[in-house]
Amino acid sequence: MAKAEFDTPQLKGIPVIPHLQPGAMAHSRPFVAKAEHQEPLGFPGELVDDWKTKAIDKMGELLTKYRALPVFLDACVKCGACTDKCHYYLGTADPKNMPVARQDLLRKVYRRYFTFAGKHFPKLVGAVELSEEVIEDWYRYYHQCSECRRCSVYCPYGIDTAEITMAGREILAHIGIGQKYSNEIIGKVHKIGNNLGLPRPALEDTLEGLEEEVEEDLGVKIRYPVDEKGADVLLVTPSADFFAEPHVDGLIGYGKVFHQAGISWTLSSYASEAANFGIFIGNYENMQKVAMRIRQAALDLGVKRIVVGECGHAWRVAYSFWNTLIGPFDFLDPKYPVPQHVCEFTYDLLQKGALKLDKAANDDKVVTFHDSCNVSRGSRMGDFPGGQFVIPREIIKASCNHYVDMAAETIHENTFCCGGGGGLLTDDLTELRVKGAVPRMEALKRVIDEDGVTHMAAICAICKSQFTKVLPFFGMGMDMIISVHQLVGDALVLGAEH
Amino acid sequence: MSFQISDKTYETDEEGYLANLSDWNPEVAEFMAKEDDCDLSDPHWEVINFLREYYEEYQIAPAVRVLTKAIGKKLGKDKGNSKYLYELFPYGPAKQACKYAGLPKPTGCV
Repeated sequence: MAKAEFDTPQLKGIPVIPHLQPGAMAHSRPFVAKAEHQEPLGFPGELVDDWKTKAIDKMGELLTKYRALPVFLDACVKCGACTDKCHYYLGTADPKNMPVARQDLLRKVYRRYFTFAGKHFPKLVGAVELSEEVIEDWYRYYHQCSECRRCSVYCPYGIDTAEITMAGREILAHIGIGQKYSNEIIGKVHKIGNNLGLPRPALEDTLEGLEEEVEEDLGVKIRYPVDEKGADVLLVTPSADFFAEPHVDGLIGYGKVFHQAGISWTLSSYASEAANFGIFIGNYENMQKVAMRIRQAALDLGVKRIVVGECGHAWRVAYSFWNTLIGPFDFLDPKYPVPQHVCEFTYDLLQKGALKLDKAANDDKVVTFHDSCNVSRGSRMGDFPGGQFVIPREIIKASCNHYVDMAAETIHENTFCCGGGGGLLTDDLTELRVKGAVPRMEALKRVIDEDGVTHMAAICAICKSQFTKVLPFFGMGMDMIISVHQLVGDALVLGAEH
Repeated sequence: MSFQISDKTYETDEEGYLANLSDWNPEVAEFMAKEDDCDLSDPHWEVINFLREYYEEYQIAPAVRVLTKAIGKKLGKDKGNSKYLYELFPYGPAKQACKYAGLPKPTGCV
């Protein structure tokens, strides 16, 4: 295991906009997908011969298909509002990680081939030919954007950088240069049903083990069922919830909530994944194919509701895209939101008085909450604006006595990415992940020092894994990061009557 | 990529995980551990052997709680937790121990 060959940035206690260091991250590029990772997704196995023509054709197709894309490429006036808003720029000081500069890598080629001025007077408008050098920059820097969309909050034109990154990655994959991490994972979902490649017998064995563990701990039999036809609720959750810590404590918490509420539920071995990396690589067909498994499982199991576990981009895909991707959901019970986030589910039960929580169970903790980007900026919860900020916090506050928010410019819609989102949660990008975590680490450090925060809760599998990995780089404990439903599960009074 | 022990060449992926599970033998684990300045003790071998047995049966590495439970049974309850596993495998039990055991690297949001 290669040791980290970079310096971990020092936390400064206050946000500092770094001096530019051109090329500081030019060496950062993730492993390229091999043919075995590309072909099952419908992409060519290696760089195609006529890559230049194919890339421009693909760009042309995307410009027609996604009508926002040409608007985003045309609208930028170089005002500079986005420049210091990206966690990767703040953490790496590489000017190409300023959102506007990263967009320009695609924009300059777009101008050359698709605008009048760029075709006839390229030098006047900064238009350039597509070249190997440009392709190399796309691959490096479109894998230094986590598609978190913080910059778009500050853009006066609402340019969504994530859409440009997705287009860049989509073009690259189509000429044979896909990213190994994301594409290998999508292939596993197509083949086995989840990102891990966890087959049904292993899933069943894992869940049986959890039932035993919970019963040993609490003396109460709580079920973690899979493939149970006729259950009311299908829970789709990131497969990391089965596999990793602290994720699994969130899964244990969901089970306790279902148990106490007396609502029958099931997981599915066919749709054993909420995550949908199709969105990360900007590929509609793969995103749809991954999502379709969930519709199929819901139909096969005959459930009335679909609840989505703690996964950031899964919730964005579910909330914002499921309806057109895999709808209509006329076979589900219209009394409940389709889809429903597990936080909405728990919040609803709390509102009805159906759960009793003993906050003292978490008295050993002072908790803060990390808003995950795809939940904060790509979706909503509940039936009121800002529900995605209020509902998780209300659940946490109902579960513990000591809660503190981080600085206002780093939470809610201003939240900083954990540094590992958007398909970048891979060891070949460790330097980027550590440096990109700096803004969140600064904000966390402040509430640790000033308010004695001991734990940070999150509702995203990527955030949880990323923090587990990067917290120790900054001298903080990896077990500071916890699942929101771990807090709920630990505080829940089982067997209480309401 | 590849490495060599005695006369035999072992193919690996970009991160040094064995390309072919069937190539594995205890020498491979010793070799990989040495590269990381890690001495394999009996508890390390308990973990490595369990990973291999589990993989044989389920074609996947065990989930962390499956692993901690099994190790707790073998080495005592105070060792059945991930804190202990991180002491053995500081780069993370899932990834480092899987590598020494010849298993593919776990993928996903882990």
